[in-house]
Parts: sequence; C-alpha cells; structure tokens
Amino acid sequence: MASDLTNQILDALSASDAPILSSEAFPSTPSLNVKSALDRLESRQMVQYETLEKEIVTLTAEGQEIAANGSHEAKVFAVVLAAMDGLKISDLPGIVGKENAKVGQGNAFKRGWIKKDKDLLRASADSIVDETQQQLLAVQKTKTLDDKKVVADLKRRKLIGLAKELAFKITKGPKYAREFVKEQTDLTPEMIANGSWKTAHLKPYNFNAKGAPTPSGTLHPLNKVRQEFRNIFFDMGFEEMPTNRFVETGFWNFDALFVPQQHPARDLQDTFYISDPAVADPPREDPPNEPNPPAQLKADNPLDYKKYWDNVREVHEHGKFGSIGYRYPWSADESLRLVLRTHTTSISTYMLHKLAANPRPARFFSIDRVFRNESVDATHLAEFHQVEGVIADFGLTLGGLIGFMEVFFAKMGIHKLRFKPAYNPYTEPSMEIFGYHDGLGKWVEIGNSGMFRPEMLESMGLPKDLRVYGWGLSLERPTMIKYGVSNIRELLGHKVDLHFIETNPAVRLEKD
Amino acid sequence: MPTISVDKAALFQELGREYTTEEFDELCFEFGIELDEDTTNSDRPIVDGKQEPPQLKIEIPANRYDLLCFEGIALMLNIFLGRNPLPEYKLTQPARMEQIIVKEDTTKIRPYVAGAILRNIKFDQARYASFIALQDKLHQNLARQRTLVSIGTHDLDTVKGPFTYEALPPKDIKFTPLNQTQEMDGEELMNFYEKHQQLGKYLHIIRDSPVYPVIYDSNRTVCSLPPIINGDRSKISPDTTNVLIEITALDKTKLDIVSKMMVTMFSQYTLEPFTIEPVEIVSEHNNETRVTPDIAPRTAQAEVSYINQCCGLSLSPAEICTLLTKMAFHAKPSTTSPDIINVEIPPTRADVLHQCDIMEDVAIAYGFNSLPRAFPNISGTVAQPLPINKLSDIVRVETAMAGWSEVLPLILCSHDENFGWLNRKDDGNTAVKLANPKTLEFQVVRTSLLPGLLKTIRENKHHSVPMKIFEVSDVAFKDLSLERKSRNERHFAAAFYGKTSGFEVVHGLLDRVMAMLKTDFLAEGETPKGDSYYIKALDDPTYFPGHAASIHVHIGGKDKVIGSFGILHPTVLEKYELKYPVSSLELNVEAFM
Repeated sequence: MASDLTNQILDALSASDAPILSSEAFPSTPSLNVKSALDRLESRQMVQYETLEKEIVTLTAEGQEIAANGSHEAKVFAVVLAAMDGLKISDLPGIVGKENAKVGQGNAFKRGWIKKDKDLLRASADSIVDETQQQLLAVQKTKTLDDKKVVADLKRRKLIGLAKELAFKITKGPKYAREFVKEQTDLTPEMIANGSWKTAHLKPYNFNAKGAPTPSGTLHPLNKVRQEFRNIFFDMGFEEMPTNRFVETGFWNFDALFVPQQHPARDLQDTFYISDPAVADPPREDPPNEPNPPAQLKADNPLDYKKYWDNVREVHEHGKFGSIGYRYPWSADESLRLVLRTHTTSISTYMLHKLAANPRPARFFSIDRVFRNESVDATHLAEFHQVEGVIADFGLTLGGLIGFMEVFFAKMGIHKLRFKPAYNPYTEPSMEIFGYHDGLGKWVEIGNSGMFRPEMLESMGLPKDLRVYGWGLSLERPTMIKYGVSNIRELLGHKVDLHFIETNPAVRLEKD
Repeated sequence: MPTISVDKAALFQELGREYTTEEFDELCFEFGIELDEDTTNSDRPIVDGKQEPPQLKIEIPANRYDLLCFEGIALMLNIFLGRNPLPEYKLTQPARMEQIIVKEDTTKIRPYVAGAILRNIKFDQARYASFIALQDKLHQNLARQRTLVSIGTHDLDTVKGPFTYEALPPKDIKFTPLNQTQEMDGEELMNFYEKHQQLGKYLHIIRDSPVYPVIYDSNRTVCSLPPIINGDRSKISPDTTNVLIEITALDKTKLDIVSKMMVTMFSQYTLEPFTIEPVEIVSEHNNETRVTPDIAPRTAQAEVSYINQCCGLSLSPAEICTLLTKMAFHAKPSTTSPDIINVEIPPTRADVLHQCDIMEDVAIAYGFNSLPRAFPNISGTVAQPLPINKLSDIVRVETAMAGWSEVLPLILCSHDENFGWLNRKDDGNTAVKLANPKTLEFQVVRTSLLPGLLKTIRENKHHSVPMKIFEVSDVAFKDLSLERKSRNERHFAAAFYGKTSGFEVVHGLLDRVMAMLKTDFLAEGETPKGDSYYIKALDDPTYFPGHAASIHVHIGGKDKVIGSFGILHPTVLEKYELKYPVSSLELNVEAFM
C-alpha cells in the first residue's frame, strides 16, 4: 500500500537527521512507488529529496532461473553424477529438458565435468563449483558486477541486462512529523456541520493543472465580430436597416443605383438570377407589415413609385438631374428580373427612397448576407456578409467622410488609413480605404466608400443638397485578417470546425 | 477591373524619369490606378529567344477606357504630373472624304457604323502590338465581348472606297478570312471557326441571324464580317501607313466611345500628330448620316460652390480650373456667372456624366489624402436595432447560455437537401429557385434551417458527442403577393446529435426559450391567460413516427402553429450520413414580434 509506504518513509527518517537512501531502506520497492510517496510527502513539506540515477545490472528471466536452480551444465552434471552407471545420451533431454540438454551438455564437456563413453555420459568429477550461478546470485544481491569480462560474457549469454535505477536521497522536511495525517479531499457539508474542518487537513490543491472543464454554449465567432460592428454603429447613432430580404429586383439591386444594364456585375457569371418565381412587379409601396419599415420612416408624403421608376429610366436612357446619362435603350424587363441581392446597398437604396418622403439627416447600417455567383476558393464563397453604413445629411464633405472613417476604423483598432480614388457606378467620388496592418507590415484594402451619385439620389426625389455617404466592407475579410484564418470556409458555412466555434475567444476589435 | 501590362522602361522614358517601385506605386495610388505588380524581379517569360523586359501591371478603373493602353497611361500620367498639356485633336479636311454607305438591312442585325482613318501613321513593333491590344481590351470590356461594339482595322491602301455596310444572307457572303488561304461563305465560315479558341465564342452573336453584317469596298472586296473577323485582303501589319478603322455596333453611345478611344490613343503616331481623317457615314434610312469620329470636346458646366462644398475647400474658380488641367480638362471660369466654370470634356474622358465627376477630379488633383479632415455633425439621429434582430439576439443568447453552440451554415443549398432528404415534397409554391448556379450545391434558397444544421454535424463527426447546435437566421419563401414575389422569415432551429435521441433535451430547450420569451406552457384543458404555447403529437415524415410534435402559440388572442420538433427519421439521417440519432427543433420567431 502506498499510504503505508509514506509512514514507512517517515519511520525510517525518525532515527536520525541523516539522509537515507531509498535503495538501501526500501530495496525491493519499485522506485515509482517510492517516488509517488515522496511526492506526496514533499508537497506537504514533510520530506525533501533528491533523485539519484545509477546504472544497475539486472537478471534476465533466464538469469533468474539459473540463479535459483543452477546453470544448464550444472543440472546436466547433477543427473549424470546421479546415474551411477552412466547416462544414455539419448535419455538426457527427457530428464533435464531439451534446452538444458543442448546447452548444458556442451558446456559440461568444455569444463571437463563429464565425458563420453560410447553412447553413455559419465561424470569425471565428484563435485563442481557452479560459477555462473554464483556470479548471478551476486548480481541479484548487489545489482552490480565489477568484472567487465564477466559482464560481457553474461550479457552475451543473455543472462543479464543493464538498466538505470532511480534512487532517492531523503531528508526530513520543515514540516516533518512521525505520522502522515489522513487528508480530506474536499471541504464537505458534514465537516462544516460537525466542526471537523478545524482539525482537518485538506489535500493540497494542484496549482499546475487546469480546473474541471465547464460545459458551455457559445455564439459563432463571425457573429461575435458582427456584434462588435453593430455596437460601433450604435455608438455612433446608426439605425439598423431591414435587410431581411434576400430576393431583390434588377431595379432595386442595380438600376436604382445607376448601374447600367450592360454592366459586367449583372452578368450571369456574377449574379444569381431567380428562375422561380419568374418576374417581379414594378416598385410599389410594401404592404404595411412587410418588411416593417422603421417607424420614423413612415412616409409623411406618399411616395410616387411610378415617378421614381420613370426617373430611373430617364436618367439611364437620356440623362436627367444634370447628368448626360448612359444613353442606351433601357429595358423594363431587365429591371424586373429577380436576383439574389449582390449587395445590401439595395436595401440602403430602399431606405433612402423612403427618406425622400421627408428628407432629413439619417444614419443607417446593416450587416447581412449577400450572394455572388463566384467560383468558390480560399477567399471566395457564394455567400458572405456585407457591413454597410449610410449617412445622409445636408452639406456633407469628402473630408467629413475621411474623418468619419478614421473614427469608425479606430474603434476597430485600425489607426492608419489612406484613401485611393476608385470607380464605382453608384458613388462619385469613390474611395478605396486602405488600412496599415502592423502584423503584415503593409497597406491592406479594408473597404470601399463614397458619396452616392446625384443620378441615384435625385431620381428618388431627394433634394440636391442632401448628400449621402455610403461605405461597405465584408465582415469576413477583417475577421480573417484579425484572427489569421486563411480559408473563408473555416469561418462561414457547414464546414466550420465546431471546436473552433467553441474555443474562439471573445471579440474585442479595439484591442486584439 | 482590367489590368494593363506596360513596358516599364518605355513608360519611365515617356514620364521623363526613373521611379522606384514604391514611388511609382505612390503615383498610381494618388492618381487612382493601382500598381498590381512590377515584374522586374520575377521570372519573366522568354519570347522568341528573348526574355520579356520588365513589365508594370496596372489595374485600371472600369470606366477609364482612355487608360486601357500604354499610350493612354503615359499621356494621362504626364498630364497629371504637369509635364504635358492635353493634346488638341484635329480632324483633317481631305479633298475627297472617304465614305461608308449603310444599307437599311443592317438595322436587322447591327445598325450602327462609324469610321476613321489614321493617315501616314508610323508603327513599330511596340506601337503595333499596343494598337492590337487596345482593340482587344475594348472588345472585352466596354464592348461586352464584341456583342455591343466591334472594331475592324484595315490597310487602306489595299482596298478602295467608297465602302458599303450591308447585311446579307450568309450564303451570299464569300471571302477569304484574315490569315486564311481559302475562300468561304458565311455558313462555311461559322463551321470553320466553331472550335476556334479565340473566335469561337463570338460566333453566337450573329450565327442564327438570317443576315450577317458585312463591309465591302467598291470592288466588292469583303473588308470585314463584324463582329467575327476581317478579310485577309485588307490585313494590316506594322508596315501599314494608312489605317482604316471601321466600328459597328448595337449601341450608339458605346460606338462613339470606342471610336474616340481608337483615334485619340493612336493619332499621336501620324505624320502630323493628333490629326485624324474623318469618314462620312451615309445612312439615310435611320438619320445617321454624319461625319465620324466626333472628337469635339463636350462643354459642361460645374458649380464652384458645389465643388467646394463637396470637397470641403474654398478654392477660387481659377484654382479649380488649374487643378482640372491635371485631369486633362480645359476649364475656364464663366464670364457671366461667378459660380460657374465651363469645362471642356475631352474626347478621351467618356466617364464624365455629371458635375460630380468633375468634382471628384478636383478632389483627386488636390489629393484625397490632403483634403481637410472633418467629422460630420451628429444631426440628432437615434441608434436602434432592427426589431427582428433584437428578438433574434434574445433567442440566440438564451440558447447559447443554455449550453448550445451557434453555427452559421450557408443559405443556399441543393434541392434535395431542402426537400427530398428531409422526406419533404416540393409543391412548387414554396422555394425560391436559382436560374444559373455554378454548382448543384446552390439550387434553392433554403426554406428550413435543418439542412445547414445537419450538414454541420456531418462535417464535425470527429467532435465528441453529444453535439448541441443552433442557428437563428432567415429562410425565404415564394410569395406572389409581394413586389419581389418572395419574403424572408426568421427561424430558430436547433439539433441534438448523440448516443441517445435527445428528444427531451430539445423539448427542454423549447420550454426554456418559451419561458425566456414570457410565453407560458398551456396544459390541456387550461384557458390561456397571456401568451402561451402548447405542443401536439405530429405525424410528419421528417420525424420518427410517434416522436414528433407541432408547436402552437396563443399570442394576442390568436392560435398559430409556429414550428415542430422531434426525433429525425432514420432515412433522413442516412441521407445526411449521420450514424447517431438526431432530434431537432425549428420554429418561426416572427410570431413573437
């Protein structure tokens, strides 16, 4: 019993303050058992110990057998001597066993203990000294053997082996006591009730191990990042847009944004078109509960949807509102095709049009799924999340957009921005936003921004001096950069590892 | 966005100095183009035994057709740097103007044509290659793979005007196509090029039309069969000195843009630089008789106050005009109104539609990153979440707190995953279907969150059991009463996967979520006091018989079925390759709005 051993160790130490050696005090106890008893005592500062490592000689199974019963040749000699009239060679294996007979007979001849007389074996001495047995017995006792030649010989005969043995030099510790007090594993209600906690010794806590795993549910990492973005928007006075609308029309997704009908974004390779249901209605007022335009946008003046449609057609086809337009024959059918929205800007457009009923400053945002008919690779999926912000106000400037972006991105811990002129059919000016990534040591494109084109806004009936910023970025890209995820499928979709979801830390964009 | 490769040494020579990669990148950034790659230190291909000289690969904004070739990039950067003025393009006045006479039948297939002549042009290998490459870039981008516009260029000395633009039955058009030796008619030509790597993809534009567009010279030599191929006779080469450019189109505006680009970019190589010889188009039937190309600048007006307001600057009209010079505009303050400047939009700048485009160019010339920074006023807007998202967050957080893990599968799925694999039938009135998916994975917009949950479990079989996962997100349904003929619906779904069925676990989650939504359990025979819910045994092939329930709510005095839960049927598990039982729950959360 291991607990007995702790008391035995304490007993052995009681005699004097001198150190003891485990190999001497407990020669037959396996060193692992000794160590665990010592660890238990040491953790209570009852003993101190150091580990000594030495090489020892051990007996193989065959060696142990010889130590106990003599060598093969000695066994052969014994039976030959016992057979007064000589022993028939062919009888030997039957008496001492095949193995003993084979090895022992040869060795006994070599040592001159027996001789051959026709088919008989006869003893040539009255007594012999079985050296091998004696050597092995000595090894068994001392675990050492000094004669190198003998070691080599016995090793060759596979009777001994060499091993490392741990021994421990043990001394009393500061809290040495004669008795190893039985310890409680934990504080129990009974101990509190009967007062035994006063004298109880609690098993020391292992401060190097982890605690018990706590069963927990978790939110998805990408949604945690989404929530951080939402909080940033809420901090800055933004209202969330009703993006719970995956299916859009060519009108809302493209035409109303002044994206010409031959624009490559409208190709089959880029946009998912809907085969069923087949065709949309022209824009009209939604039924009152679908999809719940926020209360503050309830129209003060009814919106003229026919006028909006005509304005969009005209501004594409012939130009209007100070624009020469794209000057191409605009197709109503193309505008009524149903698509999966390629961006949430279709919803921003819907909201800005609602704003035209009562033009005033507004701040909108959304973070939701968009769809692109892309070939799937490490950075592209047919679905991803778009983060989009819109600010409508009178007298907005381009410097204001830059200033706003600096505050917005600073809240996610990106403090160095620069802006590149870019092209986007529905914003002018358009700026690509680059952020300096310290980890990558380079400028990384982090979003797109701009001021919506007058062709788009004035078609809605918004006044000329109400200007609107729009900007967008994907939710996945900054998350992948931030958390070093290299494949978008490890972040979104059914192939995401559940373990990753469960262990992903809380998201603190401004800090991480 | 198109990417243009230009010879680095040649470009820097044009720009009058050497740039480091970083310096050139910075210049591009400020101007609004993007240096994609400098191949100086890359493995460059060996062409005709010589290694390709270092290239700069530059990304061009999709609306700047004037930057689609070396000549345009060099010119516009030089103007931006103040090294060159914008050239003044001129039409010559030839003694006898070349003509293209348009036949009315062309309206059936490709109604518009334009022409121009570059007289006494001097090509070299690089210029010639750029000339060919620009046609290709215009064909790919603005011309939408030659469907809207196509360009043919000819050695004018091999053919003789006046030219005719006609539309004839394919059988009646016979000629030897470019780089071929045998003559063929229109039909034979289609068969001949059917498998052709470059041209094969353009055949469909006219193939099935009863008439093909064709341009003849006065000797009935076929110059071209737009938008497919030219005739071999009028083939141009680097040695050609007089080039006839003919352009045909479906779209007049794009025809005009392409004409302008071709002549403005390459007229610098004519004997008298920047001169273009016009061609008269005779097209009485559609009132399109005119002289082409039209390279006259367009005059537009821009408001000083608008530009200053948008940029947050207070520039004088003269300062604005100076900045605009860098962007290739001739601008002058108006003599009649102090708030107006008159801007000449050169033929190279087809992208300018509105004064906002001029305003942007002022901002670019000033430098985006030098604009005075401001912070827009907070004009009393009120932050608020979308109500359905706020409700969803309650369900999400409560479910996660109850020990379930949120997953985020895709919204698009296959038809089988959404219907057949769940033992559900498609009645044709439920799901929104996609017309052009690239893979079978994306055939419908999901009408249930279950396929995503089950696929997530399938991909996570290495995870210890039980797995408890959930999602709160949108599905979509057809709804013909609405403008978009469909609507989203916010669902909550959860699935338990383990060595026991987990039926009661899922049931318990329902109870918990209902409790958190302040919806009381209604025992049989009880009269509802407030919002309440109850469940009823459900016979549904998605679930194991006898182990499924429908979820009923009584909210605002109305009874409504909002979803169901149960042990999934083993045939469902088999389809989704799941070896342990699954219990699932799905309900519409909009009932709790």
